[in-house]
Amino acid sequence: MKKTMPARYQLLLMVMPFIIFIFLFSYVPLIGWIYAFFDYLPGVPLFKCDFVGLEYFKLIFRDKINMLRVMKNTMIFAGIGLLTMPLPMIFAICLNEIRQVRLKKVIQTFTTLPNFISAIIVYSLVFTFLSRDGVINTVLMNLGILSEPTNVLANGDAVYWFQTVLGQWKGLGWSAIIYIAAISGVDQELYDAADVDGAGHLGKALHVTIPALMPTFIVLLILGVGNILNTGYETYYLYKNPMTSANIEVLDLYVYRVGLGTNDYSYGIAISIMKTFVSVILISIANIFSKKIRGSTIF
Amino acid sequence: MKTRRHSSIHFSRILFQILNYTFFILFTFICMYPFWYIIIYTLSDPAAVKGKIPFLLPIQFTLKNYAELLKTNGLMNAFGISVARTVLGTTFTVLSSTFLGYLFSKKEMPCRKLLYRFVIITMYISGGLISTFLVMKSYHLLNSFWIYVIPGAVSAYNVILVKTYVEQLPESLEEAARTDGAGYLTIFGRIILPLSKPIIATIGTFSAIGQWNSWFDNHIYASANTDITTLQYLLYKYLQEAQKLAEKYKNSLIVGEQIQEAELISPMGIRLTITVISCVPIFLVYPFAQRYFTRGLTLGAVKG
Repeated sequence: MKKTMPARYQLLLMVMPFIIFIFLFSYVPLIGWIYAFFDYLPGVPLFKCDFVGLEYFKLIFRDKINMLRVMKNTMIFAGIGLLTMPLPMIFAICLNEIRQVRLKKVIQTFTTLPNFISAIIVYSLVFTFLSRDGVINTVLMNLGILSEPTNVLANGDAVYWFQTVLGQWKGLGWSAIIYIAAISGVDQELYDAADVDGAGHLGKALHVTIPALMPTFIVLLILGVGNILNTGYETYYLYKNPMTSANIEVLDLYVYRVGLGTNDYSYGIAISIMKTFVSVILISIANIFSKKIRGSTIF
Repeated sequence: MKTRRHSSIHFSRILFQILNYTFFILFTFICMYPFWYIIIYTLSDPAAVKGKIPFLLPIQFTLKNYAELLKTNGLMNAFGISVARTVLGTTFTVLSSTFLGYLFSKKEMPCRKLLYRFVIITMYISGGLISTFLVMKSYHLLNSFWIYVIPGAVSAYNVILVKTYVEQLPESLEEAARTDGAGYLTIFGRIILPLSKPIIATIGTFSAIGQWNSWFDNHIYASANTDITTLQYLLYKYLQEAQKLAEKYKNSLIVGEQIQEAELISPMGIRLTITVISCVPIFLVYPFAQRYFTRGLTLGAVKG
């Protein structure tokens, strides 16, 4: 008589299709890194391509002008990202000072909404309001405040602060939610105790609320440091045009341009590999810090 | 002395409240008004609104823009593709993440730790854009509808969420079913799935919004096949067109070349109407989705 398979092996059997799936879609691209060591030409099988060793990695250092520029842009955006990290916390604390529950709810609803709108729709809104013939230019010119339309979308010098403002418009309300949740979890007794000590609103915010939010803030800060190079493509790609490209092109966008724009696959992959290595090192360092500060790892 | 100090505190408190309310009301307005504006603009009569700005209400209310949109090439198709990828993509992600999350919550699984790490590590190390592109190409997924829904079907992050959730469910329910002779699949379908509704709703909402909003995959993997253009990508194309027209208009001012104003104005109506249409599903699910925001965020902070 055939014995039924032990339950634990059934588990293994069920998990296997997923493991194979993940191998195909997440690990095979890692194997694809091998292209960085060959002079890969689209359509030519790999074994027919010339093996060039580390040539493309050396190219990263020879491509100094571009690499320095895109690294500078990446670092500026990342730096702004880290500097603006306290804003959602401040937003949450200030929102908490609004006592009308209804109004609070309305504010939260509408300020969170932009986060769920696609980058394209945001771009469409920006174009409608801020382009040369946009709403703002028209209004300002009708009022006689401006004589010539200004076009912030075609202004290379405005890239950094404009993207910062736009990022806050889209994400501030959403990023504040985690702090709003944390504030609602603060022990009411702490506030009562502060009351007894004669603390005012500011005192309570400084000595009760902020210390209570600090762990969350530090976790997010560490995660932010670990993700410094991952600026993403989508947003910056949309706002890139001949006028802004010098300042808006971040590392990810440069990989896109090199790889899919000019079909220099091998070089694009070489930059990706370097990026992944640096990222993993950064994340590991962040993790060590997290362990020291919180006694537990994030990852 | 004492009363004076008290009144100064009182004054700064009032000043803070004034500034605070002003800021929040202004910021809320800035977040909300652009959406309101495009809605009233698209409900205005295209001829009447030309060169004007409707601030609060449509100028000569009409549905002309929307009627015009029905005639626009490829719009219905793009809408259908967007709906299809949202429904299918969300279903795939929810089912695979919940099932895999459940499996990983079973401590008796052989090599559980190793396999779990194998999945989680994909969150931190990825092949990158170019390598992934080449792999998708070799799988013949380029310009195919499946590129939208297959590669993202198993998400490590969601697996963590489900595993953490299932692990805090009372074990007694499962044990009772086990003694009745139920296997893993039965337990998953009859007990775990119904109990996991909150986490499924969270994953489902975020995944659906992500699918609906997604456009970059369309751009890099499927831009050559216009049959599977999504609504977002269609809007992107209109925006590019608008930008080119604006450029052309600007240049024509310099060289003195005349360009029909209608050419510049009517695409704006279509572009904004598509923008509104692309927003509507988000507006519709948003009130329900709001309940899950905090959960999705705070659960994510729990490490896997």
